[in-house]
Amino acid sequence: MRQFACAVCAHIYDEAIGDPENGIPAGTLWEDVPDDWVCPECGVAKSDFEMVDP
Amino acid sequence: MAGQTGIVIVGSGLAGYTVAREFRKLNADSPVTILSSDHGGFYSKPMLSNALATGKTPDSILNSDAVKMADQLELTVRAHTKVIAIDRVARALVLQDGERLPYSQLVLALGADQIRLPLAGDGAGLVSSVNDLDDYRHLRDALEGKKEVVILGAGLIGCEFANDLSVAGYRVHLIDIGEWPLGRLLPQSGGAFLQNRLESAGVTFHLNNSVHHVDRVGERLRLTLAKGETLEADVVLSAVGLKPRITLAQESGITVNRGIVVDQSLKTQDPNIYALGDCAEVAGRVLPFVMPIMHASRALAATLAGNPTPAIYPAMPVLVKTPSCPTTISPPDIGARGDWKITEDQDGFKALFQDEGGSLLGYALMGAATKEKNALTSQLPPVMG
Repeated sequence: MRQFACAVCAHIYDEAIGDPENGIPAGTLWEDVPDDWVCPECGVAKSDFEMVDP
Repeated sequence: MAGQTGIVIVGSGLAGYTVAREFRKLNADSPVTILSSDHGGFYSKPMLSNALATGKTPDSILNSDAVKMADQLELTVRAHTKVIAIDRVARALVLQDGERLPYSQLVLALGADQIRLPLAGDGAGLVSSVNDLDDYRHLRDALEGKKEVVILGAGLIGCEFANDLSVAGYRVHLIDIGEWPLGRLLPQSGGAFLQNRLESAGVTFHLNNSVHHVDRVGERLRLTLAKGETLEADVVLSAVGLKPRITLAQESGITVNRGIVVDQSLKTQDPNIYALGDCAEVAGRVLPFVMPIMHASRALAATLAGNPTPAIYPAMPVLVKTPSCPTTISPPDIGARGDWKITEDQDGFKALFQDEGGSLLGYALMGAATKEKNALTSQLPPVMG
């Protein structure tokens, strides 16, 4: 599973964990996260996230 | 361009660039200029303190350089440009080389400086601190091939760096004058929980302690602590706190206190000059970290676009990036009356700060308890309604 970091606040979206509090179940792949999902920490768009090097 | 004035933003950090980005969503045409004292590129400052764990290098942290930002946001970015003075009567900035740059509206997004402790010894000048990407580049160079690091200050930045460096294989000593880490944000038992987790990750704590002097010993530094013991390290990193950059405003006759004094609309007493982010004191409060900047930027962008809008701050929990001890804190207001109610087990720590009537005013969650963040945040009062 991959991780993606917010370019503004460095919050990590981890596919293994998802974002269950905001309706994204654990195991949700990044491409399946809806485009209108926003960073739960700072509110920037999904497009402002980048993949973390494994 | 002669005769063309527009919005000038001093500072290219998160505050400066977010105001510009939000403003462009509302106004595609008005000229905007960003002045930067460094390279002017955009990057995530919070990423600096967990870059080793996430496999980031100083180069990969830089998100977009100044040219790319200028292109993307259709504005002018002037790198390595220092502002010497604000001529408020003429509405112009005086730059280092004597150039006068007129503005219609001025935004001060100057940030804050690292507080430097007055340390004795011939090694005091070799103590590093990280306040921007260039500093971080120096730190990474200094760490190359080295093993032992001392960090001064067990606040948010100190704890994050301690965790990141120890997980990356460095021996880390963390020194703080307080009795427990994150002393301003956590009750004592919460500090003990965090300390325990960081100790398991390899961090050695020296609490109730401080550094007297720093001496050079060959390539290394020797620290003499207040309690008499000595420590040797390859790199010493100071992270004892931030102080808002207020000098430029102060010398221009703008009211300052701890920060540049602005009202809830982020306006100074000069109707054409605004301030936000780490340099600003909004309605009596200096609000650190990322979330207040995002809220302030959106409000200020609307104001600059002609729709005066006060900044509204909801409860803004702070995420401490210590992977060995996931931590989310929404500290109660300074001076709030109430008590911490604490529950703790092997997997987590939960402290609720409640007033006499049982209303939630703040919380600290660690480990498994961080799952309750959203449910609890919805019960908190706004920081500034």
